Amino acid sequence: MSAFEIVDPTAELAPVRRTLARRPAALRGRVALLDIRKPRGDVLLDRLAARLAERLPGVEVKRFSKPTFAKPAPEDLRKRIAEESDCVIEALAD
Amino acid sequence: MKPSALPRIALRDQHGRDWTPPSGRDALLCFVHDGCPTCDLTLPILERLYRHFGGALDIAAIGQEAAGNAALLKRHRLTLPMLDDSALKLSFAAEIEIVPTVILAAADGTIVRRFEGFDRGDWRDLVAHLVVRTAVAAPEIDWDEFPETRPGCGSRSVEPEIAERLAAEAAGRRMGARRIALGAAQDPFEFMFEQGLTDGLPVIPPTPERVAAMLAGTRRDPLEVVAIVPPNLAPATVEKVAANAVMAGCRPEYLPVVLAALEAACTDSFNAHGIMATTAGATPIMVVNGPIRRRLGMNMGMQALGSGFRPNATIGRALKLALRNIGGARPGEIERSTLGAAGKFTMCVAEWEERSPWEPLHVERGFARGESVVTLFGLEAGSHQMSDHTARTARALGGSLGAFLAAATHPRAYRLGEVLLVISPEHADTFARDKWSKAQIRERILEVSARRARDLLPGPEIGEGMSPAMLGLGASPGAAELDALVMKFRKPENIAMIVAGGEAGKFTAVFGGWFGGPAGSMSVSRRIEEVP
Repeated sequence: MSAFEIVDPTAELAPVRRTLARRPAALRGRVALLDIRKPRGDVLLDRLAARLAERLPGVEVKRFSKPTFAKPAPEDLRKRIAEESDCVIEALAD
Repeated sequence: MKPSALPRIALRDQHGRDWTPPSGRDALLCFVHDGCPTCDLTLPILERLYRHFGGALDIAAIGQEAAGNAALLKRHRLTLPMLDDSALKLSFAAEIEIVPTVILAAADGTIVRRFEGFDRGDWRDLVAHLVVRTAVAAPEIDWDEFPETRPGCGSRSVEPEIAERLAAEAAGRRMGARRIALGAAQDPFEFMFEQGLTDGLPVIPPTPERVAAMLAGTRRDPLEVVAIVPPNLAPATVEKVAANAVMAGCRPEYLPVVLAALEAACTDSFNAHGIMATTAGATPIMVVNGPIRRRLGMNMGMQALGSGFRPNATIGRALKLALRNIGGARPGEIERSTLGAAGKFTMCVAEWEERSPWEPLHVERGFARGESVVTLFGLEAGSHQMSDHTARTARALGGSLGAFLAAATHPRAYRLGEVLLVISPEHADTFARDKWSKAQIRERILEVSARRARDLLPGPEIGEGMSPAMLGLGASPGAAELDALVMKFRKPENIAMIVAGGEAGKFTAVFGGWFGGPAGSMSVSRRIEEVP
């Protein structure tokens, strides 16, 4: 029997390795709070925003939310967050 | 359909000369191989015609096997050119199934005559035609020396394994996927497991031969991109889908269903990323309608949602394997269901349209009855079965369904999106006897399952519930607001219904919803390519 061969059934994507963005040593500048719209995620983020205002008055807090938790964040939202903020805090919830 | 022109392929004759018939004039070719008595009967006639008409047109035998060609030349003392087609390229391209096959082609390659086996009448007609065509007088042949007819033998190009190899070579020129060679000691079945390509059950290794055979099930180009598959947003070519269909155990004629299903899955409406990623255990539930159900021999009767039927089992599995292998939705990675269910392996049901008192699902959705359509629902991966052997009226049975559906997802989960009911023939009969439409059933379900807002609030005894905000209640709702009825489903038409199942037994199966609606998943229907 000749060499056994198969047709690659995958997308042939080399595993994409992404390096994580460097974590800031301290919170400063523009901080995005992202609500993915799971129930009570907003409660957590409201508390976080209040604490940030209290403890780090120099930080500019910006609020974002996904249209629905059930779908990936739309491209334009991701772009806007990247342009308008220096770091993101995302709330998963349930 | 056989080709209407002779494929242009260069062959070498016994003198080492390469030529491509027809060589600027008409050509009379006869495909033969050694060991075929009908070829032995035919070759002397061809030699006779070569000596007689050879000045006016190309006449050659096309031999299918090198050693056999030499034997035939010697045995029949042939002087005519014997072209070596031991690679079977011309035999395959000309779709030769029987030897001898005689082809008369005009100088431009157009095939004017073609016949197989031995038929004295065919030969006499051919010779008469050559006389007219070449203006050469008829040769003297005593036709009474020959039998009236003799069947031919199978062409080598259609022998098992050889035919598959030739098809793979031909399709391979149009295939683009990476090939993976296995080591001699590797078990292909184990290899598929090791590479993480299976759903946990064995798959058929997608060899180039098998994928080429699968591709014969569609007219679409192997390199055409069918869909961009979430979650990795990877392009799926027809060839890649065919490889996954091979693995799932599909026959080639199932492929158009898998292709249409993958197209439906990769829409924003269906939201395959969400369906695969959710902790809730949703999966694509496939419903097939139209004539293709019969053509593929799909099961619609007993065990309609169960195991045991190849088209249903393998079509549903092929879609899941494509989402896994092309889209990258692997359990434990992006597929993150807390519990899952058996329907995650495969779930493909065909509607028993002929047994239904109502219009079939695809007709409800605007397709013609004669079209074949696949509809994907993003629902729970396992069905729940309602038993009602007591109801004798449509109203009573609709009431049972309402009571049963009130508990879908959770008895306090309301304003849901889609749900799919698979109604057994006996239950369909109960509705049909009272001439109930689907609209009436939906209305009855909503009526019986409606609950007061106050009964849907979360509480310490039964935890889950709808928050006042979800119910649209103000900060301090009054009695009227709390007594207002809330509907189980946001829209009546979100209660989809099909008929399937065995003739005996009063059951209806319910596929509960996932996060329905435009923000989650909505069912999507796609027409299936008709391949005659």
